[in-house]
Amino acid sequence: MTAALRFDPIRLPEKCEQLRKEVRAFLADEIAAGTFDPHKPNREDTDAPEFSRRVGAKGWLGMTWPKKYGGQERSFLERYVVTEEMRVANAPTRRFFVADRQSGPVLLKYAPENIKMDILPRICRGEVCFAIGMSEPNSGSDLFAAKTRATKTDGGYLINGTKIWTSSAHIADYMIAIFRTSQPTKENRRHGLTQFLVKMKQPGIQVNPIGQITGQYEFNEVVFTDFFVPDDHVLGEVDGAWKQATSELAYERSGPERFLETYYVLTELVRAVGPNPDTRSAEGIGRLVAQLHTMRRMSVSVAGMLQAGKEPVVEASIVKDIGTVWEQQLPHRVRDLAAFVEETATNRETLERQLDFAIKTAPKLTIQGGTTEVLRGIIARGLGLR
Amino acid sequence: MAESDNIVVETAEKIFADLADPQTVNNAKKDSWQAPLWQALSEAGLPLSWVPDDLGGSGASLADGFALLNAAGRFAVAVPLAETMLAGWLLAQARISSPEGEMTVLPAGPKDRITLDADGALSGRARGVPFAKAAKHFAVLAHGKDGVSIALIDASKGRIEAGLNVGYDHSDTVTLDKVQPVTVKPAKGFDQTTLMLMGGVARSLQIAGALEAMLDISVRYSNERVAFEKKISKFQAVQHNLARLAGESAAALAAATSAADAIANASSFNDEVYLEATSAKIRCAEAAEKGGAIAHQVHGAIGFTVEHILHRYSLRALAWRDDFGSESHWAVELGKLVANRGADELWPLVASR
Repeated sequence: MTAALRFDPIRLPEKCEQLRKEVRAFLADEIAAGTFDPHKPNREDTDAPEFSRRVGAKGWLGMTWPKKYGGQERSFLERYVVTEEMRVANAPTRRFFVADRQSGPVLLKYAPENIKMDILPRICRGEVCFAIGMSEPNSGSDLFAAKTRATKTDGGYLINGTKIWTSSAHIADYMIAIFRTSQPTKENRRHGLTQFLVKMKQPGIQVNPIGQITGQYEFNEVVFTDFFVPDDHVLGEVDGAWKQATSELAYERSGPERFLETYYVLTELVRAVGPNPDTRSAEGIGRLVAQLHTMRRMSVSVAGMLQAGKEPVVEASIVKDIGTVWEQQLPHRVRDLAAFVEETATNRETLERQLDFAIKTAPKLTIQGGTTEVLRGIIARGLGLR
Repeated sequence: MAESDNIVVETAEKIFADLADPQTVNNAKKDSWQAPLWQALSEAGLPLSWVPDDLGGSGASLADGFALLNAAGRFAVAVPLAETMLAGWLLAQARISSPEGEMTVLPAGPKDRITLDADGALSGRARGVPFAKAAKHFAVLAHGKDGVSIALIDASKGRIEAGLNVGYDHSDTVTLDKVQPVTVKPAKGFDQTTLMLMGGVARSLQIAGALEAMLDISVRYSNERVAFEKKISKFQAVQHNLARLAGESAAALAAATSAADAIANASSFNDEVYLEATSAKIRCAEAAEKGGAIAHQVHGAIGFTVEHILHRYSLRALAWRDDFGSESHWAVELGKLVANRGADELWPLVASR
């Protein structure tokens, strides 16, 4: 076989189920206390710093990291359980989600010891929020076209340029960004970009909110003007960011957040149709559940491979491709079936309100964090076509 | 799913490569390849993998048997291997010994019923029975006034109306009119749904195997075929189609192997196993349609010819959708289960393993 794709059937270990119970109990308490409304999906509007600290106090942030940095040295599968339970409950994870999933692991791998000791424990306590500075006004999917300059100066670099579509930049304490330190070479157009840690909320950085079609202001334009970054904030190899990018993708692309973004409309539909659905509704729900179950099993399988120390980049890209296309279509399929919901269903208004929001959210799902086209290019490369 | 250290799968793959090579079988004018293939499979004990030693089988694990079916799908094997395995498994549920030779199971669909009367005779009609015409015996699940029984009958006792499925394999209607079985025993705690789910997971693994093969030959073909002065694999539109085929193949494999693993490790067919088995059949059937269409699109006209092997996989994968309950049947049943459990019990079910 040319394509040795593997999705072994991973069973979550017993300790995951105990953890799942703890997370559910914690979330039930938070809901009871009024921290968030699980039926209200637009969690992006909700910045919940206190909730973030309480999640940290539970030991559920940076769970897989070494204890000396505040981590718990627990498995990716345990982290997976926490992530999916938070997502399904519509918990306000915005403040810690990026740091926990992505920024922390980058720091662990590339940051100097003093920075690790400073920042990682604070991520684990739920105290700091991270943003990712990749896209620019003229470089989106084509990451290596980035132009924002980092010019060498005494003891560090001066940053000039603009990042855009940067989620959470308006509340972030830090950003991990790529800046141009050299021009690309003839042989390698990916050469010349360097990954940096940026401390936000300082002079020289201006954050301008950008309105989204959902009515939210979740992403931003971030303008750097002669902003100074010290030498020890360089992450990894100068000019060599391209070598560091790919291995992170498996973490970023295969998690439960890649198919559960609009899940709430399915739950609400099941509530609306009641215990005795007509044939059309039953078939529609059955197919959606079968598809959801399959994707989750694929996603858990990738988590298992990550736990085993593998880098399943192609498998992770497949999960994100199928998962995001599914969660994008889900509100529309639920809308099809909602047409048959009885007028008397008590949650009709909730379902309609959720559909309204999910339908507006849907277009972004196949764009953020790697477009469908980019993913299919990566899969094609894995198949030996490029 | 095939572990490289799985001796059952290794043995089977060697036999398939030697005696069921898809191109050789496709070129053959007659069915003369079938007898040596069946003989080799039988000598290796593979058709009775799921039958314990003391009932005449080779006593392989459920997991090994499922892996074997996945491998059979990768070769589009067109002898009643899966059917005999299922029949042997069904008989073993009632501690009935398996005879030698080809078998299949009745009924092969959730709507058909075979009844057992007070005299111990079997009656009823089963449609879409795979390989009934090739079988020497039938393993039958029958409903009597005391519940479900399992019976072994001589195939010559049934009336067979021969038919072909869309993959050109036998899919026949079997009518039993007061047929006296060779053996019949009550099967406490067993029901027709369990048989359908088991058969559905077997078909899911075969579909997943066929999709793996379709991906493989499509990728290879795209790297050979030149059009507009370059290999068609260099066109982004073709690359993206093949990436989608890889996704469908991966989804089918993940769903089928997960369900197989669930059944192999379950103590009963509870809601979690039901979710796994029905999802596998639903998702694999969807993948057979979407993935098969892409494989054909990549191949162009050559893939639409009888000379090319693609149809051995694409049409069988489509045909297998129909056996032991179609995807729309199971979607309705799964949807009812989910609705009945209630909205707040959906996630706990999905997250159960």
